[in-house]
Amino acid sequence: MSPLSRRMLLTAGLVATGTSVVAAAATLGRRLGLVPPDAGGIYGPGETLTYAAHRLVGRHAMARDFSRQMISAKPFANSVRPPDEAFLRHQAAGFTTWRLAVDGLVEHPASLSIAELRAVGVSRQITEISCEEGWSYIAEWIGTPLATVLDLADVKPGARYVVYQSHDVNAWDSIDLDEARHPQTLLAWGMNGGELPVPFGGPLRMRVPRQLGYKSTKYVTRLVVTDSLAGFGTGKGSADAEAGYSWYAGI
Amino acid sequence: MPRRHQGSVRATHWLTTLAFVALLVSGVEILLSHPRFYWGETGNVEETPLFTIPVPASRSTVPTGYDYVLPDQNGWSRYLHFQSAWLLGVTGLVYVVAGIGSGHFRRNLWPASAELRWPALRHTIAQHVRLSSASAGDKWSYNLLQRITYLLVIFVLVPCVIWTGLAMSPGVTSVWPATVTLLSGKQSARTLHFAVSVALTLFVLAHLVMLVLAGFTARVRAMITGHAEVRS
Repeated sequence: MSPLSRRMLLTAGLVATGTSVVAAAATLGRRLGLVPPDAGGIYGPGETLTYAAHRLVGRHAMARDFSRQMISAKPFANSVRPPDEAFLRHQAAGFTTWRLAVDGLVEHPASLSIAELRAVGVSRQITEISCEEGWSYIAEWIGTPLATVLDLADVKPGARYVVYQSHDVNAWDSIDLDEARHPQTLLAWGMNGGELPVPFGGPLRMRVPRQLGYKSTKYVTRLVVTDSLAGFGTGKGSADAEAGYSWYAGI
Repeated sequence: MPRRHQGSVRATHWLTTLAFVALLVSGVEILLSHPRFYWGETGNVEETPLFTIPVPASRSTVPTGYDYVLPDQNGWSRYLHFQSAWLLGVTGLVYVVAGIGSGHFRRNLWPASAELRWPALRHTIAQHVRLSSASAGDKWSYNLLQRITYLLVIFVLVPCVIWTGLAMSPGVTSVWPATVTLLSGKQSARTLHFAVSVALTLFVLAHLVMLVLAGFTARVRAMITGHAEVRS
């Protein structure tokens, strides 16, 4: 056998093996929930590798919790859309009229006020919020663990994601159940010892400290527990993913 | 006919080239959304920067001195950056494992003790300073400065750029907090990531200049086909 044909055989064998390994990994990955909803397209391989690696290695890892001295003296709220009339009415009522709806794949759909959320459970954390742009700050976040609210509503078997919607209809997002049940994932209504200021997402914002800031959606009004993201928008899992940003932001 | 570059070196060289170009372009795009650098754990427009890059930004919230805002390109830039980072990491791993297995590092990159003596060293440095064309032997092996530079890039700069990149990831630092605490904070990691990227870019520029001085076509052909001379 000439060296050239041996090399061609070897290459063909390697390519065939590689292709079947990738195909088998993709099937297994989907079954184990290691493929993100925005895995289609040319950046799918990189996104899937990142999401799968994080889920395999760090499913239960805790975001760094800082000491009180590390709290940023000057946090930056970033720009938000100007409030509409409905929001201003809530604000005038001291947000006593604000409701968080919980529905979808749950046994007990609910609608909770901020006061009712506070009564359900309180958790505090001093974590860093990091923007995809590069800047960051540390704050104390006070809120109700999302896991507690999910337990209250009693999630049905087969559920895989929690979709969260904002008063700003352009700012919906979702996380997988691992992230949703993580003890540091909060429905935050307090910041640095006080109420959560409106520029920072008050009266209620999602806080996902193991992912970039854009997953910590402001002005949350509704949670939908679901087994599939196909019915939400174009199925990529968030408004950001539809705008071209990756759905999983734990990088 | 003797080989100039072994197959694994050639394949990983071009894959790394592809990854580097993609990382550089997307990295610059990401930088434009916040061309300010800080030291320590946190940093934002309310805090005093360590230094700023005098370019316009792609965000209206960043004070730059320019009265216009560039279009936001971060979506695809970030997707491309992280996919290329995987390509760089996997390619680098293949290169290092193949390089150890084949004796590439020992044979081609580790300086010979004779080269480390002062007269030989002085000769190589003088040759570089004068930008004189490569000696005949350089066609078949790397000279001393080349060896030291390549070793520095492979075993110091590239590992550092990967480390400082991972140290900015909230997911990775949740699993291994030391990746960022050893660098004295996330913003320090970002600043170091930028500095190492600049160093790598300077290396690539110098690499291209040396390539032109040594004979661009012949050297690129050698890195594609593996042969230093045209097959007759």
